[in-house]
Order: sequence, then C-alpha cells, then structure tokens
Amino acid sequence: MSLKGAAYIAGAWEHPTRKAPDKSIALLHAECAKGALEDAGLTKDDIDGYFCAGDAPGGLGPLSMVDYMNLKCRHVDSTDVGGSSYQVAVGHAMEAIATGRCNVALITLSGRPRSEGQATGTAPRPGNPTAPEMQFEYPYGPATANLYGMAAARHMYEYGTTSEQLAWIKVAASHHAQHNPHAMLRDVVTVEDVVNSPMVSTPLHRLDCCVISDGGGALILTKPEIAKSLKRPLVKVIGVGESPKHQMGGNIDLTYTAARWSGPPAWEMAGIKPSDIKYASIYDSFTITVLMQLEDLGFCEKGQGGKFVSDGNLISGVGKLPFNTDGGGLCSNHPANRGGITKIIEAVRQLRGEAHPAVQVPNCDLAIAHGTGGAIGTRHCGSTVILERE
Amino acid sequence: MAYVARKIPFVGTPDTNPETKPYFEGAGAGKLMIRRCTSCKKVHHYPRQLCPFCFNDCAWEETSGKGTIYTLSVMERANPPYAIGYVTLAEGPSMLTNFVDCELGALKIGQDVKVTFVKTEGDGPSLPFFTPV
Repeated sequence: MSLKGAAYIAGAWEHPTRKAPDKSIALLHAECAKGALEDAGLTKDDIDGYFCAGDAPGGLGPLSMVDYMNLKCRHVDSTDVGGSSYQVAVGHAMEAIATGRCNVALITLSGRPRSEGQATGTAPRPGNPTAPEMQFEYPYGPATANLYGMAAARHMYEYGTTSEQLAWIKVAASHHAQHNPHAMLRDVVTVEDVVNSPMVSTPLHRLDCCVISDGGGALILTKPEIAKSLKRPLVKVIGVGESPKHQMGGNIDLTYTAARWSGPPAWEMAGIKPSDIKYASIYDSFTITVLMQLEDLGFCEKGQGGKFVSDGNLISGVGKLPFNTDGGGLCSNHPANRGGITKIIEAVRQLRGEAHPAVQVPNCDLAIAHGTGGAIGTRHCGSTVILERE
Repeated sequence: MAYVARKIPFVGTPDTNPETKPYFEGAGAGKLMIRRCTSCKKVHHYPRQLCPFCFNDCAWEETSGKGTIYTLSVMERANPPYAIGYVTLAEGPSMLTNFVDCELGALKIGQDVKVTFVKTEGDGPSLPFFTPV
C-alpha cells in the first residue's frame, strides 16, 4: 500500500520568538501546538496522536508533554534522530493516520539553547559513556562545527569545492532573510563577507554556520476527509523517506549524506523527480550541509554542488531552485538546535502562497523539505518529505 | 598555528564498557589495538566484540600505528586550537583522532601519520593520537 496522499498538513506554525528567557520549554511546545491548531482551524480536543523528539522536556518520551498539554491520545511516537526528527515524524504520522491509529496528529519542537547560553557548534558536549562510540570520540573534541568541517574539507579535496561556492548558500539565505521580520540575521551579505568572517573550524567560517535560537514550531497532520473540511489550502504529503548513515565499521566516506538513501523512496512514492520541484527547504546547519544534500537528493551531479549553488541559483526570483525563503537556519531560526520543523513550515507557506511576497515562488505546487539530524562527520539521519498543493 | 597541548577529557572509565577495556590497556602499553573478525577476517573501528560486518566474534591485534589523514578540521575558535580528523589506518579502517606535535595549519589530507599516545585528564587512560611522519 502506498502512503502517498494518506495525510495532509492542515496546520503549520512557527513561534516568532528567537529568544525566550522567560518561558519554559514546555510552554514553548504548548504555544506552538496552540498556534498550529488555530492555523488549521482545529481544537485541542481534536488531537488524538502526538509526536515529539528529544527536545521535548521530561524523562519518558512524549509522556510529560501529553500530560502538560492534557492531550487524550490514541497514539504517540518520540523517535529522536536530532534535527531530522520532524520529517521522520511526518512520515510516521502519515502511517498512523493511514492505518487508523489516529486522525489528527500533532508534531511539536521547541527549545531555548540561546537563553541557556549553549555554544552549540564549538563546545563538545559529553554524552553517556555507555554509548558505544563515546569513549572513542569525545576525548578528541567533536563539536558540531568541526564534524561538519571535516566533511567540507574532504568535499573540497575530492571535488574542488571552494569556500566561495559555499558562501553563495549563505548569500542566498540572507537575501531571503531580509524580508523576514522574525529572522535573527536580516542583513544581506556578500561572498566576500562570508569568506572574510572569522574562521570557526576549518574550512567553515562564522557565516557558514547557522544561528543559535530559542523558539519552535508545530504541525498538524490529518486524514484527507478532515483536511478537506477545513478552510485552509490543501497541502498533501506525497513522499517520505528516512535513513540513517554512520561510520560503517570504520569505512568512512564523508562525501555524501543520508539524503542519498532517504531521497529515492520519497521520489518514488511521489512519482516526481528533482526537476519538478518548485521550492526546496534544505536543512542548513552549515553551508556544506546544504551543498551535500542538494547533490544527494539529485538536484545536481555528485561533486557539482559548488557550481550549482553559485551565482544566486538558490535565490528566489533569481535562480533555478529557490531554497529556504524564510532565511533558514543560516539567518532566521534554528530552534532547539534542530531545524527540521521550520523547513516543513516554510514549504507549507510556499505551497499555500503565504510566503513573503518578495520570496513567494509563483505557482508553487511541489516542494521538498529535507532534514539532517546528528552530524555528517560521524552519524546522522536524513529524512525527506515531498509535498503537493492540491 | 603551532600545536599547543590541551587537556584531553575522558568520559566514564575503561571499566564502563568491559567490551573495549583491552583497547585502553593496549594504549597504556603504547599499542594501538584493533579488532579483526575470526570469521570474515575484516578489521573495524571503534572496537566491538561482534563483527559489524558479519556478527561473528572478533580477536584483538596490534596495528602498525601507521596511517594517512582522510580529513581534518582545525577548531580555531577553541583555546588552544586543536585539529580533529580521521586517520585511515594501514590496516584499513578509519578512526577519529587529533593531530599533535605539529604545525596545525600545515596538515594535509593524504599526509602520512603515525600514532603517539597522550594521557587524558585525571585518572583517565592514555589514548592514541597521531603526528606527521
């Protein structure tokens, strides 16, 4: 049974805050849930499935949050694969809806690393020493930025990718962010600005890195009959895929991401190809993340990502593939250090025709929202969602 | 950018995971130990008792300690800066490490390196690091 079209995204809401020192993480989740319900035209009592990931506060998966929000659920899922968890949740919610385990699924993400003063990209965070890799990695200082820096360095070595090409990704994001009043960084930057910004971890500069922000977002998925009874434009889920990639016993190859594996099943389910896509939300923890995912999703040949992103090709109204028109994680928002849900929310805005007019893609009927969670330098998950305006 | 020694943290102790204790004992004796499958004969890293390729039992063996740099990144924001990277061992698998006793800015992918051992903080074990040949 194909899941294609089994669920619609009826509600999508991004918290406008980027710094929330006076709010609890639970409250941020609940405010996002409320926002998505109002967007959909549904109420709290309509929810019978809840999906969250590791950012949800509390010790036992979804239990604290369903208690806090006082939800009566028939189905819960707390699959945690970092920032890609929310694309995964869309697929899992679609399965649950298709098999009758719930009718209205709520997905939330929230967090406040900015208020908590996290040095997300530059300070290694020790984990549980019983994680089998921990004692073989943590002593060597794996912070997020150097794990992605290693992938960038190898991509440059194998394919001749340059810092200037990576910089174009930030330039495009900044062109979009100037129109987003909630974006953390609204100044348009140039290639020179990016490559002249301070080095964080070679070869990635400060402007190759995403922002650290508080906030969150939520989605409401529901079955076709309910979606069609609501007053919002219809956004149908037509393709999903998920796959982890890791160190493969020591056979390290950092030149590609898990998108190479999560993309094909999503394209096949959707019955479309990359050239059909009008708008792309691509996870942008770092510029290199975008470049590699674009290659691995098939938007260009492997190794040609540098050329593909150059000269404004990702800028809405200028290039062939408008991406992250909200400014993305690079300029607008990376709540809880997890950017997956904001990727889906901006794709929904584009398909509804509700993006900022300056960045709205004309006749936007097919969009992709791809997430990468974890670190491409060690282990991560890729998750792909393809959406269609009906 | 010259290498400046930094404090190397450890998490847990070698006793935390009995499966990998011989690795740290080997490092304490100046040996880089690796696991080879007794069935398919493949080597892997980080070490496991059951082969990650065929799920049969593995035996420990000492490596040559030689390898080449697969990739690296110098964390310039840290004080002191340090170079993380993967070394592809002569025996096959690649392992995460740091590069020490060298000019960090001169490190190159493909460069030949050899193992050296550095003590971690406090009561922590010695661990393998790499330096240019």
